[in-house]
Amino acid sequence: MKTKRYFRLLIHLVLIVSIVVIAFPVIYAFIVSTLSFQDVFVYPPRFLPGSHAVANYITAWKNINMGRLLFNSTFISVAVALGKIVLALMSAFAFTYFSTFRGKGFFFVIILITHMLPLPIRIVPTFELMRDFNWLDTYYALTIPFFASATGVLLFRQLFLTVPSSLCDAARVDGISPMGFLGRILIPLSKTNIAALFLIEFIYMWNQYLWPLVVTNRNDMQVVQTGLKMLLAGQAQAAEWNVIMAGTVIAMLPPLILLFLMQSSLVKGFSLQEEK
Amino acid sequence: MAEVRLSNITKRFGNNTAVAQINLTIRDKEFLVLVGPSGCGKTTTLRMVAGLEDASEGDIFIGDRRVNDIQPKARDIAMVFQNYALYPHMNVYKNMAFGLQQRKMPKEEIARRVGESAAILGIQEFLQRKPKELSGGQRQRVAMGRAIVRQPQVFLFDEPLSNLDAKLRVQMRAELSKLHQKLETTIIYVTHDQVEAMTLADRIVIMEGGRIMQIGTPLEVYNNPANLFVASFIGSPSMNFIDARLVRENDRLCVTAADFHFAVPASLEEKYCHTIGREVVFGIRPEHVLEMSDSHNLPAAASLEAQVEVVEPLGSEVILLVSAGKQQLTAKVDPSTRAAVHQTIRLAFRMDKMHLFDKQTGEVIT
Repeated sequence: MKTKRYFRLLIHLVLIVSIVVIAFPVIYAFIVSTLSFQDVFVYPPRFLPGSHAVANYITAWKNINMGRLLFNSTFISVAVALGKIVLALMSAFAFTYFSTFRGKGFFFVIILITHMLPLPIRIVPTFELMRDFNWLDTYYALTIPFFASATGVLLFRQLFLTVPSSLCDAARVDGISPMGFLGRILIPLSKTNIAALFLIEFIYMWNQYLWPLVVTNRNDMQVVQTGLKMLLAGQAQAAEWNVIMAGTVIAMLPPLILLFLMQSSLVKGFSLQEEK
Repeated sequence: MAEVRLSNITKRFGNNTAVAQINLTIRDKEFLVLVGPSGCGKTTTLRMVAGLEDASEGDIFIGDRRVNDIQPKARDIAMVFQNYALYPHMNVYKNMAFGLQQRKMPKEEIARRVGESAAILGIQEFLQRKPKELSGGQRQRVAMGRAIVRQPQVFLFDEPLSNLDAKLRVQMRAELSKLHQKLETTIIYVTHDQVEAMTLADRIVIMEGGRIMQIGTPLEVYNNPANLFVASFIGSPSMNFIDARLVRENDRLCVTAADFHFAVPASLEEKYCHTIGREVVFGIRPEHVLEMSDSHNLPAAASLEAQVEVVEPLGSEVILLVSAGKQQLTAKVDPSTRAAVHQTIRLAFRMDKMHLFDKQTGEVIT
């Protein structure tokens, strides 16, 4: 009994230390965002929050038009997450249920292969395509190239394969159309997985840096991740790290809030424990 | 309420013929059971009636209407599936109402019908529950309820009881029988379980390799199997078969094999006299193989010695697996038997219950 208890204590200790180590950059960013400009450069560094939080956050917000940046980021993240889900649901439906779909296996492999290519490899040709379409500095360029999602197709296809075929038969006898089957039966059954995918894709899109940097020039088309850079005023001046960190904390908040709100469906969606 | 007629129905999957040239008429209000081993084409036949598979050839009629090109929903049928196929995200009420909503039926009518069916099946208290909160038997009831609310002309059942445990299966079987009497609707029922087939059916259709082997009432197919396949499929344990020849000896017709020599009863002589000399298969059911002690005064009996190999006491009867020469036999005897393993016993056949089949074609000799 006793050894078990010590063992548990030890495990907890290890876990607590790991969390502190992992979370340290975030915690430190928050601390810095509350310090005054002078305090940031004090040595040894301070690990207690200062009193300049409000001023720093207001400065950060005003300096780079944070409202617009947050709107852009939120808009493209939601659009991409939704676009991916809609396309993935429909293609997974086709891959699973369309028996007359020739070359199904071939196309599925092609989709999986796109998943193997990292974004930077595709960046130059995709950029040229966007330029030819005259889509630079538009939401089209920020969203549409992300719509195809191998992860989503794979996830939903595997999910649909676990749905018994008799359910499809029953639906046909009940008289619903193929799209009705998707909408009224399959999608409600995939609810938790859709929520999980939404969350993951939202965060993935929110944290995109390279692509928005490449396809946007205008300040009002920047997203949060690229906009933060504008807080580095210029090389002549010393960087105001307290203000930059305040901006960073703001940029972190929306996905964090979403994560808290949707935590339970994320767990459910990936453990696949919901009854099929 | 309608007659269902299959005329020259064939179904091919690629080069495989699942169902070959079937002709079958299911009478109005009849409980017809399709039975056979897996892969015999019974489920495919049912699915063609439902419209879930297209027939490669032939015509399907429900009532007077040819339904080959009609969608499942418009065929006026309802189907119950082996694994119930309830919609997991809908409660029982919605599961039952779903098909009716698709038909744009008024809400009050739906509520009335669901209420009625739920009362028939005793599932009123589950209406608000999800399928996963129900037991197997309850889910099965809901699946039937979903079919009943539709008030279809034909019910199609695809092995509906095979996912239930043995006790529940017997109980549901009885309820299905009662339900059929109450609803007075045509039912086509697929099963691989011959006991289910025998107990439920008005008529049984025995299928094998995509063909119909025999159609008849349960007692007809049991008493007068049309061929070796039906003879071995219907009845448990299976009929005993012995390769034999018919000979005439001292003015009596006799069945003779390597280790046997039995006289054909006088009443059957006329029936079999034209097969003298032919290679035949002699068939006798285990229940017509008797232990000598209880068959002393059986006139048509022939007897033989056999070594007991396995004794299976079932309580109401005892199954003996014995060997006589090279021949394996099964006997169903009275529980008072004292037969024990390795013992030698005398067995008698009730020759008035014998069956003879042509060895080449497997057809019964008439």
